Amino acid sequence: MPFKLTRRAFGIGSAASAALLASPAVALTESAARALVDQVVDEIQVVINSGKSESAILGDLENLFVRYADVNIMAQYALGNDGRSASAAEKRAFSEAFKGYIARKYGKQFRDFIGGRVEVNSARAIRSGYEISTTAYLRGQSPYEVNFHVSDRSGTNKFFNIYIEGVNLLLTERTEIGSMLDRRGGDINAVVADLKSAG
Amino acid sequence: MPLISSLQSSAKIAQALVAAAVLTACSTYQDPATRTAGINDPYEAENRQVHAFNKGLDRNLVRPVSKGYAAVVPPEIRDTVNNFSTNLSMPGVALNSLLQGDLRGAGLASTRFVMNTTIGLAGFVDAATELNIPQHDTDFGETLAVWGVGEGAYVELPVIGPSTQRDAVGFVTDVLTNPLTVVTLNTSPEQYIPPTAMAGAVLNDRDRLSGTIDSILYESADSYALSRSIYLQNRRFELEGGDASDEVDPFLDPYDN
Repeated sequence: MPFKLTRRAFGIGSAASAALLASPAVALTESAARALVDQVVDEIQVVINSGKSESAILGDLENLFVRYADVNIMAQYALGNDGRSASAAEKRAFSEAFKGYIARKYGKQFRDFIGGRVEVNSARAIRSGYEISTTAYLRGQSPYEVNFHVSDRSGTNKFFNIYIEGVNLLLTERTEIGSMLDRRGGDINAVVADLKSAG
Repeated sequence: MPLISSLQSSAKIAQALVAAAVLTACSTYQDPATRTAGINDPYEAENRQVHAFNKGLDRNLVRPVSKGYAAVVPPEIRDTVNNFSTNLSMPGVALNSLLQGDLRGAGLASTRFVMNTTIGLAGFVDAATELNIPQHDTDFGETLAVWGVGEGAYVELPVIGPSTQRDAVGFVTDVLTNPLTVVTLNTSPEQYIPPTAMAGAVLNDRDRLSGTIDSILYESADSYALSRSIYLQNRRFELEGGDASDEVDPFLDPYDN
């Protein structure tokens, strides 16, 4: 099935338009958000160019993901409305399993960055922090846009969503987790078990 | 004059389709309940049947053939086929840009077509990119969106894959009005060139994006729901000029739930 994934680079909101937006009621500054993404991008480059074995690289990428992403809020969002009826212990177990799943799944995607580079372009304010826009230049592909959403609402500066050509991780994973729950008749414990081998 | 008459008949079909699209967009205005998730899918049962067919087609034919194609044909040649196929689409891109009032896009597509067809050796070499002329891509689905036609319902098309009513009309119109497709309606050996190049490009893309596509189709809990979500997110992003992450959807701030 020919799946149309057109990759186009777009100009993103300029610094001027970002300045016009009301500044968010958080202490996170634009430069701190930008620095976080710079750091993530640098560390990804170091890992993928380290010359380690593929499984070691995947393990390192998982660690990066856990260190720089607010995995708890991501898990909570992905669980959606079903999360409201779950007990605190169930939520914790889900969050833990989700962390490994998401890190494996998206760590694998970073593998495509081998031999490529990511440039940080612009930043703009969003409700809970900042959106940092980057362009990925990967081997043999047209450049495409990757946006990181960064917030300090967890207590430290972390990213909580990634948009790749408009496709965002949170919404996509809420769809997927919703399907996993449907498949298990809404049994969150069964989904937690499934997540341990998924991704 | 078969070319002229086929052009005329294509134009008529296109007119009929536009009319159909406008009507469809009016008649399928969705009720708020189905819009909450941003997805309008009243034909889900039928779509799922088509999805099962498409998945079988991919599993048994497209995926294995793309693997074979990538194993046998070196990447440089495969990229050349992609260049050639992309170049063939440029007259249509120029036309759609004009219809959208996008003179810059029309200029880019025309320039790329002329340059790549001449110094790019009939389109096999992407000379325009070497000379830093930006790429440009659009289609009649986008033209309809610019004209204010609504997205309509989500549909999964046989062989083609995820689409919307608006994009399905756009796709058919693009195929019928593409000058190079119209030429292929004549019976000459050249008629096989554009579809063959396109098939090669599709196989190459299937192989290049293999990890992503396999994870959507074969490693997800519900490949239909996942491909629908990803298609709509990506397509809306393309049509909105890259502002999909503009938080219109309040759910997308997970801290404010």
